[in-house]
Amino acid sequence: DIIRTIRDPEKPNTLEELEVVTESCVEVQEIGEDEYLVIIRFTPTVPHCSLATLIGLCLRIKLQRCLPFRHKLEIYISEGTHSTEEDINKQINDKERVAAAMENPNLREIVEQCVMEPD
Amino acid sequence: QCVTTLEGHENEVKSVAWAPSGTLLATCSRDKSVWVWEVDEEEEYECVSVLNSHTQDVKHVVWHPNQELLASASYDDTVKLYHEEEDDWVCCATLEGHESTVWSVAFDRSGERLASCSDDKTVRIWRRYKPGNEEGVACSGTDPTWKCVCNLSGYHSRTIYDVAWCHLTGALATACGDDAIRVFEESASSDPQQPTFSLAAHNSPGWAVTLHCSASVLSTSVEAEPSRRKRPRVSFSRHMSLMARAVFPVSFLE
Repeated sequence: DIIRTIRDPEKPNTLEELEVVTESCVEVQEIGEDEYLVIIRFTPTVPHCSLATLIGLCLRIKLQRCLPFRHKLEIYISEGTHSTEEDINKQINDKERVAAAMENPNLREIVEQCVMEPD
Repeated sequence: QCVTTLEGHENEVKSVAWAPSGTLLATCSRDKSVWVWEVDEEEEYECVSVLNSHTQDVKHVVWHPNQELLASASYDDTVKLYHEEEDDWVCCATLEGHESTVWSVAFDRSGERLASCSDDKTVRIWRRYKPGNEEGVACSGTDPTWKCVCNLSGYHSRTIYDVAWCHLTGALATACGDDAIRVFEESASSDPQQPTFSLAAHNSPGWAVTLHCSASVLSTSVEAEPSRRKRPRVSFSRHMSLMARAVFPVSFLE
């Protein structure tokens, strides 16, 4: 529910509408007392590198902010949907790269727009 | 009181380290470079080398315990070693083997071994073999070769962000993204060419680990988590100060 309303950075549709994320792409495992591992596998709309990382970033930020329980988060591009998926997966799961991206005012602005709750 | 600001890196500086001599400082950055700075008696700093060997962000730099040999860990999955050769700093070795970002490195007390930890959830131990070594490990020219002699896998369930090697007891401590600190000890019967380590201590709810020692202190820090709705901040009771025990074996206190 938290991620379905995230908007695509390029199009005026949500990630759910564009089938970038679906209910089946979300996996939750219990890893401790009240702690869960959340794994998201998303399918980018176009095999364009920067957009895929941006979507990954939006997913991470939204989930980090909104999940009401202790969690560890892994976000991946679903296998076979992108030529440089290993590179992208590595970037979006590296906490320093993520933090650096969010410190970039332009990127941050785009992410904030995409994750903003609909009115 | 800030005595000087060293500028030059084009992106965040991730790690700094003083050489044992105290006259050299190494820095590394997300700009993929490692810089070596020299300081004189008047506390004047001068950049003596910019090393662009890594192909991605450099996460950590550390000096050899008694030689002017520098090690760096990178997002490019390698560890690189540098030393001065004829007035120029050069990369003299590249340690390949990790399958993902290497977050940190640590030398053992002798400086003949190096431990590296990675996003691939393993800690690898590397050993230096000098030219003409007894074990018959090939070296190119006059540079020693570093060979991976141990791979600690299956102990960590997430990225290992830091590793520290106690120079007093030889214990290896790791900091992992699964919120646990682990301490490994080398087996008494460990073969130098194929050392074996076993898990000696691990902090998880219910365990308190104390190791006592006079000089060596291992401290860990916890990354503050963003506040969550309906949940208190992760309490700092999980932050542990571990001090390595010099004389007595490791014991667990529940």
